[in-house]
Amino acid sequence: MNPNLPVAVMPDSVFALTLALLLLAPLAIAGVALINTGLGRSRSAAQSLLGCLAIVAISAVVFALVGSAFAGSLPGGTGHSFHLAGKAWNWLGEGPLLLSGLGTAPAKSQLGLIFEFLAVALAALLPWGSGADRLRLAAGCATAAVLAAFVFPLAAHWIWGGGWLGQLGVNFSLGSGFLDAGGAGTVHLLGGLSAMAVLWIAGPRRGKFPKEGFSTAMPGHNAVYVLFGCLISLVGWIAFNVAGAILWLNAPLIALPLTVINTLLTASTALAATFTVTRIRFGKPDASLCANGWMAGLVASSACAAIVTPIVALFVGLIAGIATPMLVELFELALTVDDPSGAVSVHAAAGLWGLLAAGMFSHQPGQFVAQLVGVAALLGVFLPLIYLLFWLLNRVVPFRVDPDGERIGMDLHELGGGAYPEFVIHRDDSYR
Amino acid sequence: MPAGFFLTIAALVLFAEPMERSVFVVCGLAVEVLGLGVAVRGHMLARGESRP
Repeated sequence: MNPNLPVAVMPDSVFALTLALLLLAPLAIAGVALINTGLGRSRSAAQSLLGCLAIVAISAVVFALVGSAFAGSLPGGTGHSFHLAGKAWNWLGEGPLLLSGLGTAPAKSQLGLIFEFLAVALAALLPWGSGADRLRLAAGCATAAVLAAFVFPLAAHWIWGGGWLGQLGVNFSLGSGFLDAGGAGTVHLLGGLSAMAVLWIAGPRRGKFPKEGFSTAMPGHNAVYVLFGCLISLVGWIAFNVAGAILWLNAPLIALPLTVINTLLTASTALAATFTVTRIRFGKPDASLCANGWMAGLVASSACAAIVTPIVALFVGLIAGIATPMLVELFELALTVDDPSGAVSVHAAAGLWGLLAAGMFSHQPGQFVAQLVGVAALLGVFLPLIYLLFWLLNRVVPFRVDPDGERIGMDLHELGGGAYPEFVIHRDDSYR
Repeated sequence: MPAGFFLTIAALVLFAEPMERSVFVVCGLAVEVLGLGVAVRGHMLARGESRP
């Protein structure tokens, strides 16, 4: 598999398979939406799920209008480059505005565009889950618009669209360039960093960190949503990883079953590891942490499922599953980060681990350095950029709901009705 | 954090030998991690002062 090899024409069978996979990929979005909702409180459930739907819609519209041009998703130009040390550094895509020419674009470009539409929606959902119970609907939509218009397209072009990270192999002999077939960096690390920026700007939920004592436990309101979301995410993730291997790594059909098996193995080992860690730590396995472990395994597989052996996939899942519950505790108890969906530890940290693992276990010389350079770009450029854009956005569209809205719940405050009108909702007094 | 990123870019541009380049890239990443630590610490302090 080599992403830099030119592919002449995509055979009809490969086109049909990739299209079918991309029709299953929205299940990953549905799964993450269910997890976001289930891990929030019951009095914000309808607002949370409506927000997920609105964010998917806003992301699609903004990416179609603006983002796809910056990503260079469709052929229309060579992109914007500058020359440094005798090499061309392609840093911004140059595609047609408003998706003009979509019908006549090559098959691979059209499928790549569909992949990016789904990827940007998934990335934009992650900060929404972290801001549960206090992030306003308008703020969630605004953050999605910013991510879809400029931030995600920039990353997608650098990594998938022939940008400088994807060309590290050609220009600097660093393996095959930065490898990220399933979106561990472009989607999950980017989304997790966006979640961190939202958490820093919006702050914790009221009563989460009292003046004295430990943080207050605010468990998710529906473990069934969360665990079912994990199951349907598996289907979407397999679709993302296999379609990504075809589109971004030029994987042959014979290599695809390995990608499916590695995805399943990574998630399964991660779940088993988290189950064991929480069983030892708390005496009983913790449902929401096990869900986090499963998702961390899926996220880690996004980078490496197509390029490692099954035994390595087991190891990647094991590390992801052990680290996730520890990171969730670290963020909450030591770093006072109130992240209800665990997006930072699940998506950012596991995505980071998957990207590094893809380099560590690759047999190509220089591949690990290429992965390090990619991680450095995502951390060093995108976290400050996202934080700056969100900080400015917060001045225009305040992220956080007013204290009264947080007290009565986001459903009543923003939608005028609750998700479960026949049930009594917890009063805020139940928390310190 | 951007300083760490520019260090990694400098490593690519200035060093052709793989070992030197790798070490310099790792140094750039280490600077980024330090920057991330400062950012996290900064937000922890702000939160501690405004706990409800």
